Amino acid sequence: MPPTITLIATRYRPEIEAEPTTQPYEVPYRKDWVVLDALNYVKDRLDGSLTFRWSCRMGVCGSCGMMVNGTPRLTCGAFLSEFFPGPVRVEPLQHFPIIRDLVVDISDFLRKLSHVKPWLIRKEERPLAEGEYRQTPEQLDAYKQFSMCINCLLCYAACPIYGLEPGFVGPAAIALAQRYNRDSRDEAAQERMRILSGSASDGIWQCTFVGECSRVCPKDVDPARAIQQYKLSGTLDALRSLLLPWGTS
Amino acid sequence: MDRYTCDVLVVGGGGAGLRAAIAVAETRPDIRIAVISKVYPMRSHTVSAEGGAAAVIKSGDSVDAHAYDTISGGDWLSDQNAVEAFVREAPEEMLRLEHWGCPWSRDPDGRIAVRAFGGMKVERTWFAADKTGFHLLHALFQTSLKYEGIRRFDEWFVTKLLVDDGRCQGVVGLELATGRILAITARAVILCTGGCGRVFPFTTNAAIKTGDGMALAYRAGAPLKDMEFVQYHPTGLPFTGILITEAARAEGGWLLNKDGYRYLQDYDLGKPQPRPILRSMELGPRDRLSQVFVKEMERGRTLVGPYGHYVHLDIRHLGADLIDRKLPFVRELCLRYENIDPVKELIPVRPVVHYMMGGIHTDVHGATPLPGLFAAGEAACVSINGANRLGSNSLPELLVFGARAGQAAATYAAGQNEPGPAVRAQAEDEARRLEQDYLCRTTGTERLADLRVEMHKTMEEHAGIYRAEASLHQAAETLRKLQDRFRDVALDDRSHTFNTQLIAALELACMLDVAETIVSAALERRESRGAHQRTDCPQRDDAKFLAHSLIFRSADGLPRVELLPVTITRWPPGQRVYGR
Repeated sequence: MPPTITLIATRYRPEIEAEPTTQPYEVPYRKDWVVLDALNYVKDRLDGSLTFRWSCRMGVCGSCGMMVNGTPRLTCGAFLSEFFPGPVRVEPLQHFPIIRDLVVDISDFLRKLSHVKPWLIRKEERPLAEGEYRQTPEQLDAYKQFSMCINCLLCYAACPIYGLEPGFVGPAAIALAQRYNRDSRDEAAQERMRILSGSASDGIWQCTFVGECSRVCPKDVDPARAIQQYKLSGTLDALRSLLLPWGTS
Repeated sequence: MDRYTCDVLVVGGGGAGLRAAIAVAETRPDIRIAVISKVYPMRSHTVSAEGGAAAVIKSGDSVDAHAYDTISGGDWLSDQNAVEAFVREAPEEMLRLEHWGCPWSRDPDGRIAVRAFGGMKVERTWFAADKTGFHLLHALFQTSLKYEGIRRFDEWFVTKLLVDDGRCQGVVGLELATGRILAITARAVILCTGGCGRVFPFTTNAAIKTGDGMALAYRAGAPLKDMEFVQYHPTGLPFTGILITEAARAEGGWLLNKDGYRYLQDYDLGKPQPRPILRSMELGPRDRLSQVFVKEMERGRTLVGPYGHYVHLDIRHLGADLIDRKLPFVRELCLRYENIDPVKELIPVRPVVHYMMGGIHTDVHGATPLPGLFAAGEAACVSINGANRLGSNSLPELLVFGARAGQAAATYAAGQNEPGPAVRAQAEDEARRLEQDYLCRTTGTERLADLRVEMHKTMEEHAGIYRAEASLHQAAETLRKLQDRFRDVALDDRSHTFNTQLIAALELACMLDVAETIVSAALERRESRGAHQRTDCPQRDDAKFLAHSLIFRSADGLPRVELLPVTITRWPPGQRVYGR
């Protein structure tokens, strides 16, 4: 008898049930299978109505994040062997509204992302004919880590503040704001700082640097560091405006 | 039924789609633009491109040299006017991406760095470590957010093109979250829906790459072009098909057979040197390297694992420092998905389906023969890639021709009237079809997964790296039967909320149509050229086949193939020579 493992998946069909329930599925246990392979086995062979997102299966599209045994994970990178003999609990990412089964509504993040202006802003655009903006490898290193965010939102599911204070702009959006703030080609750090210290800062001062966001990040973006940097410069700005109310420039 | 009206509608939110949308916004800031995509734009498959993007920027290089590499790499099936436009405009497009924040890797003086790539005679491949597509897509997506005129329909699936009065006037879209069906009318539509690697079992392509846009255009009467040219990438991980970038070889990686021997030297690809030589050995073109793998397998010199034959990619001699600096994703993928560390161990690899040279037939402005319908990116065939695409040409292609299609569509839209009432009636028919054929279906005995697996099997066996007449006929017959069986598919999900089984069924219908065009074009092309190798017709035949295949859908649903001569400007057909 080939070995099997039990997946316990969250089910939620808003048309027929008021609250999420769970459903167990017994799937083959294979050492080279990840949780996503097991979900696809269920969908192909056992229950075509089980609903989840996935695409690249190589940890870069950011679609397949779910709670696996209580921890936010990319299911394409979570081997069944980690959980053998099981069972494996698969739930939708927490802190987000559930649309159906394992699919959550991420529109709140998309709004927040736009809000922090994650694009390169220059006072004056240089014509293309003049070539590239020079940027040394060291200058690239100053923001590179924050540019690795794949928007998988595991950090939001891990963040205790976002769970309590949905207005909090959140780890990934702050990391992406910092990604541009620290880019030597960008000239809008102050503008983004104003945005971040407006209503979007709800909750940010409650962040206690537990670092849950950085711990679950599959790309080592370290959003906690971005938040720390933000708070530090935010504090300096506040001090500056206190000490130099006429401005610094 | 509900209707949404815009001026230019872009289908697909990957690199080509976003570049096109921004081009529309910059050409005509006053018009209404919409981007509809079955996934959030940053999930699109552009995100998986690894190695780089070619464009002439360094002294000592020239656009003619880039053109020649592209044309010879494509075995002279590229349209040379399109290639000339491509190499000329690629550097500006890539610089624009730099100005939009793309974190290109740099030389110590702060200028753009370039690396070697397969089939390129000069180092001209820009890169962002080995996550070039990821950075390019996110830079485009984040930049697109500043254009408030671009309305997005995220997680909407397009089921049909609306064609009336001989022109494309919009689409029918299905919202995944709610099941709502909407007529989205437009004065021009641009298809940027990517390729169809999922027609095959072993592929680097993401789950979403099911040829939807190709099928939509084909059903609406626009021809597909050169669909027989399917690129196998020589280095995918067995089982998952995860891509190990060509950059691994460009940085000096070796391909080894079961005896640890650099077997490429036995196949007229040059002699092994300790350092990588451009257009030689491991830096030969993808089609040749994938074909050589099969020859090596036939000689019994490959290894065998649970997922079939494979060889080894060896990058151990590059050292941990270079690997972490220039190939960090390779190491991450190997560690995370194969549980091996390429700093110390050999990487098992095999050829896997990677890219469609063929696609929706367009001119150099991205216009298809169906007025009002444009296409760009992998979904389209302009054609710059001919019979074999060179690594690092697809990213600049989607920028150059995404931008061109956007500009052309914006200009075209200005001269058109609002879509008429006939379009609305068509949309209502389509909504009824979706309800009756899918959501209300209670009969049916065929499992979606069974049909998909059988399609995979027949495509791999009969329409893979090597093909022959009898076997292709068999594939055509199997696909016909699968089309029949699809009409009896069983669906057990009747929900209107995020019905992924419905989407999977619609995708399979697209893949079956597209698979038929691949097989029929492969049958008609009785020669061997680039990625299309016929064991029964092993020679290139310029007298008959220096021509594109145009594949039309006939009234009975079967593909019909016509030939269209290749445009030659300055480079007469010659022999492809590598390693000499």
